[in-house]
Amino acid sequence: MTPSPAVETPRVEGPRVEASRAAAAPRARPMPFIPEVETCIHCGLCLNQCPTYRVTHLEAESPRGRIYLVKAASQGELDVTASVAGHLYLCLMCRACETACPSGVQYGRIAEAAREVLGPPGPPLQRWMVRTTLRHLMPSPRRLRLAAGLIRLAQRSGLVALARRVFPGRLRDRLAMMPEVSPRFYAPEAEVLPAIGARRTRVAFLSGCAMSLFFTDINEATVRVLRRNGCEVAIPRGQICCGALNVHNGEADSARAMARRNIDAFPDDVDAVVVNAAGCGAAMKEYGHLLKDDPAYRERAGRFAAKVRDAGEFLAGLGLRTAPQPVSLTVTYQDPCHLAHGQRVRAEPRALLAAIGVRLVEMAGSDRCCGSAGIYNVLQPEMSETLLREKMDAICATGAGTVVAPNPGCMMQLRYGAQRFGIPVRVMHLMDLLDQAGA
Amino acid sequence: MDRFELIRRLQAIVGQAYVLYRPDDLTVYEQDALMVARHTPDLVVLPEGTAQVSDVVKVARQARLPITARGAGTGLSGGAIPEAGGVVVALTRMTRLLELDVASRIALVEPGMVNADLTAMLAPHGLFYAPDPGSQVASTIGGNVANNSGGPHCLAYGVTGNNVLGLEVVLADGTVTWMGGRAHDAPGYDLTGVMVGSEGTFGIVTTVAVRLMPRREAVRTLLAVYETVDAACEATSAVIAAGMVPEAMEILDGIVMRAVNKTLHVGFPEDAEAALLIEVEGLAESVPVLIERVEAICRAHGARRIQTAATAEERLNLWKGRKHAYGAMGRVGRRTMMLDVCAPRSRLAEVMRKVLEAGQRWNIGVANFFHAGDGNMHPTPFFDFDDTSPEYARVIGLTEDIMRACIEAGGTITGEHGIGLEKREYLGWMFNERDIAAMKTVKQVFDPDGVLNPDKVFPTGRPVHGDPRAKAAAAAGQA
Repeated sequence: MTPSPAVETPRVEGPRVEASRAAAAPRARPMPFIPEVETCIHCGLCLNQCPTYRVTHLEAESPRGRIYLVKAASQGELDVTASVAGHLYLCLMCRACETACPSGVQYGRIAEAAREVLGPPGPPLQRWMVRTTLRHLMPSPRRLRLAAGLIRLAQRSGLVALARRVFPGRLRDRLAMMPEVSPRFYAPEAEVLPAIGARRTRVAFLSGCAMSLFFTDINEATVRVLRRNGCEVAIPRGQICCGALNVHNGEADSARAMARRNIDAFPDDVDAVVVNAAGCGAAMKEYGHLLKDDPAYRERAGRFAAKVRDAGEFLAGLGLRTAPQPVSLTVTYQDPCHLAHGQRVRAEPRALLAAIGVRLVEMAGSDRCCGSAGIYNVLQPEMSETLLREKMDAICATGAGTVVAPNPGCMMQLRYGAQRFGIPVRVMHLMDLLDQAGA
Repeated sequence: MDRFELIRRLQAIVGQAYVLYRPDDLTVYEQDALMVARHTPDLVVLPEGTAQVSDVVKVARQARLPITARGAGTGLSGGAIPEAGGVVVALTRMTRLLELDVASRIALVEPGMVNADLTAMLAPHGLFYAPDPGSQVASTIGGNVANNSGGPHCLAYGVTGNNVLGLEVVLADGTVTWMGGRAHDAPGYDLTGVMVGSEGTFGIVTTVAVRLMPRREAVRTLLAVYETVDAACEATSAVIAAGMVPEAMEILDGIVMRAVNKTLHVGFPEDAEAALLIEVEGLAESVPVLIERVEAICRAHGARRIQTAATAEERLNLWKGRKHAYGAMGRVGRRTMMLDVCAPRSRLAEVMRKVLEAGQRWNIGVANFFHAGDGNMHPTPFFDFDDTSPEYARVIGLTEDIMRACIEAGGTITGEHGIGLEKREYLGWMFNERDIAAMKTVKQVFDPDGVLNPDKVFPTGRPVHGDPRAKAAAAAGQA
């Protein structure tokens, strides 16, 4: 049984597989050793839980495959090409693999470290745009407001509506995804808002970048609910975006600077830092890891991270004070990836839904990514839309008129999905519902 | 045929996106779940449908390339490692349920269907597919067929071979043929039986006709907690000797339970050295009687405590914990080497003692979680060095001692993971030359040119994976 000789090594590069993958330029920086890869024993139990593997069925688009690529690159066995970067950036960073992994492999940390070496995704122009946005726009609330103001103007003046008529298909779809900018940005009346009734605790609140610009109402609702439940709420003026997008898109240095600014801005004398965006909460719970090599901030970052709580997680733990008025609604619940997988918070939001008396109908795969994933839906529109279609089918099958998704990215994506596929479903944040119930 | 021409012709069959040729796309296919060996394929092809598989095989044959079929790559014996290079045919895109006949309790599925997905699809019909390997959330039916996979519930329902009625197979020359069918006893030769467990060396399975089981009326699951693995083994033998066949009897040792507890909150005891997970199914009237008898035997053999799953959720949790045992080994040691051996059920405790003694002798920790009911053991050495380290010789010494202990007691060197390349050099420990020659004759019939998953199953005389003694000897020979 002698095997036939294998064909000789290639002289001719075969045809391009997918334009999006071949797009980025080769990377100069070598891949360092990332200790977390050692925990992976290659069992493959993550494969079928990975959204991109489920769509492509390709090993390189699975968590195990991506870890293997990072490992091979760090051992010098594999050049860090654009194609390698393509695999790492087709990942949604949903971290469903971490939930599936029996060995406790911290995939998110591996992927973030690898992306830090790769830099932002895509072809040169896109990389420059992403980098510029992440470095110069995200850390500056003033510039963010300016940009959002311009978008609002374009939306109001009919410019966007016009563009949606004249632009070609793909660009038009991207425009449709852009949510309405709030008529006013979030601006709390004071830096510290007192508890309503007897004070039970003192917390700080992250007002967030997207939440402040697109979901002013929800921020206000969150603070009302916190105060009604006996929380004195500090909303530090000096706070900025949490830096999650930066960490996820290969801009870890700017993310570190943003984390340091937030750690300085938030008061120490609070029992919790409450966050109503799942992605931000997950990122801030990792501040200790992010600043682990910064001797000046390491310990403070660890202490800060230990105080971070998702709003639902925090309120369920605290216990609702007032008996809310029952809300007669049938809802389904979308587990935001960075809440269910990133923070392991699943039961608490459901407990709060039960407390306000809504009827919860679970959808199939509620903890599977909807395809939003930060700026993923803009950068990887095809995969994003495939996952969104599946998600909307699952939501539709529940018959619920409302889907609750406590994260801005998911909310924008699901609203776009409802519009795109013509599904009459209302997308709400958990805090919105609690506020309506008078909780 | 040059490489460019080969890629072009394969692309014409399966489409551009599904012929992989870049180094990064190929490197991820150089290994399955056996971490101590690897080899990069020349190309990976992902066909969709029987006709495409057949065409891919024909083109690969024209290019004179070996062909290795692959499912999800969860195999633990290296069966999907393309040791001779060539084309890897990954069947992961073939995931369809082609036909479901609820009345006849038969389903036709494509080989890439994930085992757990099949059972999930059957649940609304009150049916399930019985073989449930630990990897079932990821492993494919095709891979299960290739390895004749088992699982906890095979104690009552039999292994994959007992649950497959027929197979559509692409033979080594690209011919498509059916073996067996939908009937429980097809006329003529039982070629399905020959094909199941042939580890991709006889052909590529493209459709599987599986037998489905109805969900039982009642199910009870209990966890009997013991001070020693020995006691849990004795209890298992006693239950079997009493003439009872629970649906599953699984032993987990303290190392494994504590590792699983770190990830999942499934209620395994933190302070015990062993537990016996038992499941009994049947009629609503008979199950309580059976479980009472099982409990009595467990207590008589020193069970410190018996926990019964009160709810369906508790039951699923216990099973989830069991199914995550192998994966959780990543928390125990940097490297693990999960073995798959069998001992007669009456001598389980004796063989287990020898396994633990061997671990002490070679100074390597051994964790245990296994299908005690049918004597299929999975001693899992864990250690912190690589297979390239000189210390790895101790791991090989240990695994050989464990296999020897099993054979001496009347057991075997593999239960359900297959021979692959991991165990091939030990086939001679079980079979004499005439036995092996007879097996080779069958291989010759199916694959006269030796192109299907070459060099698997049979001894090659080459070292088993990273044997440093052999590597050192080879280096000395070259110098």
